[in-house]
Amino acid sequence: MAAEGETPMDRERYRILPHTADGKFQAFGRTLEEAFGNAALATASLMWDWSAVELKVRHFVHVTGLDREQLLVKFLGEVIYLFETRQFLLGRVDGLRVRPQFEGFSLEAVLGGETVAPRHELYGDVKAITYHELKIEECDGFTVQVVVDM
Amino acid sequence: MDLRKIDDNTWEIPAQGEMRVPAVVYSSARLLEDIRRDQTLVQARNVACLPGIQGRSYVMPDAHQGYGFPIGGVAAFDPDEGVISPGGVGYDINCGVRLLRTDYAEADVTAARTKLLAEICREVPAGVGKGGVTKLSRAVLKDILIRGAEWAVENGYGRKEDLERTEEGGRMKDASFEDISDRALERGIPQLGTLGAGNHFLEIQKVQEIYDEAAARAFGIGTAGQVLVMIHCGSRGLGHQVATDFIEAMGDAFGVAGLPDRELVNAPFGSAEGQRYYRAMGAAVNYAFANRQMIAHWVREVFARVLGGARGMDQIYDVCHNVAKVEEHLVGGRSKRLVVHRKGATRSFGPGRPEVPGVYRAVGQPVIIPGSMGTASYLLAGTEAAEALSFGSTAHGAGRIMSRHEALRRFRGEKIRDDLAKRGIELRSTNWKGVAEEASEAYKDVDEVVRVSDEVGLGRLVARVVPIGVMKG
Repeated sequence: MAAEGETPMDRERYRILPHTADGKFQAFGRTLEEAFGNAALATASLMWDWSAVELKVRHFVHVTGLDREQLLVKFLGEVIYLFETRQFLLGRVDGLRVRPQFEGFSLEAVLGGETVAPRHELYGDVKAITYHELKIEECDGFTVQVVVDM
Repeated sequence: MDLRKIDDNTWEIPAQGEMRVPAVVYSSARLLEDIRRDQTLVQARNVACLPGIQGRSYVMPDAHQGYGFPIGGVAAFDPDEGVISPGGVGYDINCGVRLLRTDYAEADVTAARTKLLAEICREVPAGVGKGGVTKLSRAVLKDILIRGAEWAVENGYGRKEDLERTEEGGRMKDASFEDISDRALERGIPQLGTLGAGNHFLEIQKVQEIYDEAAARAFGIGTAGQVLVMIHCGSRGLGHQVATDFIEAMGDAFGVAGLPDRELVNAPFGSAEGQRYYRAMGAAVNYAFANRQMIAHWVREVFARVLGGARGMDQIYDVCHNVAKVEEHLVGGRSKRLVVHRKGATRSFGPGRPEVPGVYRAVGQPVIIPGSMGTASYLLAGTEAAEALSFGSTAHGAGRIMSRHEALRRFRGEKIRDDLAKRGIELRSTNWKGVAEEASEAYKDVDEVVRVSDEVGLGRLVARVVPIGVMKG
């Protein structure tokens, strides 16, 4: 059986790790962008099964951060914000681009998914993305580690 | 880490390195085993390094690792030289507990229990992403952020007497919505009057044992078997967004270089950012007070409808366990204003304090300590001793020891429901995975937590209550 977040065809996207009170994961990618996109899916996976979400709605997101850590926290915050205010369930991340700018970085992405319907099972409440034990590492691709408040 | 034993329930990390004051841990040897297993003590030490900290960096018996500050941490700062930190309050601002008494005995509600729970589930929206039935305009929401539970009472949710039996009278006076972001407002609008998910719950309980009859009587509790209702929830997405916004804003303004943990980000209390956070936090506190006020009102309505009355359903008290407040405390024999952060800790003021409502001033403030799902909860009375021991604070609950991930692997929500049913507890939830995550085995032993609290003198045991019906978000 494939581990959580893994499909037999591609490499592991993310891994959920134990943490006393909350949700912790590592997300992987060949590029920083891919790792960030997988981190968004990992965040979604703590609340719903993103692989069962149909692609009916798209949200364009644009965030900026003074450093890559803040950029990631703000980007993942979009997943919670769109869920709570637009009932949007993330199912896929497209066109994610990180660019350096005058001060720090900017990120653009297209988040695909659908609006909550009775057939979706919602099981976790991610309240916030934290900086606690947050890591962005480059070694044979990129690994990002995130702890979310649940 | 160097941890000195002071007595059976008190341990100290002496001030060393950059620590400005020592850290003090109130815990039994047994609870300390759990506390030592994660980052709690390191976090308590980090807090002791923050500018302007007074007394000690305190750790309550139910503590576990948080972000920046430990959960179960109490720290007070000088308002002129010290700081305020969103990480010292937590993401769920004014997460708290409200307790209602009733004149019903267990036998009165047994037959109606299923109906009561079903109706409460219908009236009180709960669960992941569940919006409320109350549609708010921004103008009304802003009014709520300023006036808290007062707004709710004026709009027909509950009674005036509820307000005096709520911490701060149900309203933080220094609140302002000026610095509440659009995002926080947007998250707050659909969620007012909802319980949420995670560790939040609503329980119909019965009194199992009374330890202090005089205090129990003052709190409206007469005999074992008396039915109570406990509501545990907070400021929902609005509070989470306020915390997120100010962790970012303070980081941008003051930088995070040199902080051992970015979640320790803080601002001088008197600075523009410090004051903006303090007022925005107050607004989130007020949102949570209004939230619990509305839920309590709906619970009374359900009781009235199902049992033909809501006999004696007075509010015992409502406590915040994630908050920062300006309070007067004795420091070096002199009364001083301090910015007291309680993160996963409950205020526990003793007899005589002006903040304690008149009806309770002779016995001390009611301290409500919820257990984990399906286990006992406790009612304590605040003590004068706690003011010297912990700036008038005690524990807030059981405290987790097992990750949600591990709990999900080990337990099944439906099985937990069946096991509880065998013990006479009816559990309702729409989210069995969430129930598994909240299995009582994932938490510390709340009996041990309150025993330590009582022995140390942080809070005096008044009564033990157990659930008979549980609604889980």
